Amino acid sequence: MNFLLWSGQLQVYLVIGALLFAAGFYGFFRHRTLVGMLISGELIMAGAALNFMAFGHFRAADVVAGQTFALFIMGIAAAEAAIVLSIMIAVYRNYRSIETKDLKDLEG
Amino acid sequence: MSLTSASMHSGLEAAVFVGFAVATLGGAGIAVASRRLVRSVCGLALSFLGLAGLYYYLQSPFLSLMQILVYVGAICITIMFAMMLTDPQDQRVSRGRRLLLETVCLLVAGLLAAGLIVVIGRAGWVAPAPAAHTGTIQELGRALLYRYGFAFEVISLVLLLASLGALVVARSGRRTKP
Repeated sequence: MNFLLWSGQLQVYLVIGALLFAAGFYGFFRHRTLVGMLISGELIMAGAALNFMAFGHFRAADVVAGQTFALFIMGIAAAEAAIVLSIMIAVYRNYRSIETKDLKDLEG
Repeated sequence: MSLTSASMHSGLEAAVFVGFAVATLGGAGIAVASRRLVRSVCGLALSFLGLAGLYYYLQSPFLSLMQILVYVGAICITIMFAMMLTDPQDQRVSRGRRLLLETVCLLVAGLLAAGLIVVIGRAGWVAPAPAAHTGTIQELGRALLYRYGFAFEVISLVLLLASLGALVVARSGRRTKP
């Protein structure tokens, strides 16, 4: 596989997206705090967005579709980050910690 | 010097692409493997910068600028703020258990990546369809307002509700000053 042609091949982008997803998956279960899990979730979304962009650029008749989906993913990721951060602040106010193993009370 | 200008040019292009790919994957590695969360956020920012470069190679400079603006400029900074507000502590898990957990996680993630890469390598991709659009920013704007107009509106509604909900959730339980 010629390294000079890497930037023009669909598979290279897909492999990068798959590795991003796997890294996010690893971090999601490894990190024990909500911040770490949020970071890993963002990585998973980034991998998905890269896949959409690659397919949109190399395989779709409508080039715009991939870019539009990536933009939508950005919007969803921003909304997700805002919600998770507010939940983190609310949890920290009640428990004085954002480690997942400390959050085990179910109280109304 | 037997290198022609054209081959030097393509060599430089390929080198920059590999640099972006390495930044993306290396940043992701730092983000998930580092024990300190500040380093994780910095790795995340590096990864998103590399991703913006990859988007540039996919001929969408608008998306790459948006990636820097939204992810690096907004989301990473917001995560930084949340860390300052909540003071996340180091993990207090016993060493042996942590090692076991990390090994299992790494194994599962590695299997996942290997499986995906095998599937990518084996798949018979159909020949590309003739491109009807070139993907300029004008066409992107037109697509957002015509073809994907409904989804666009729904996403903006989701963003509005998310920010309102974030305000409500973060405000409840807040002690008012006497």
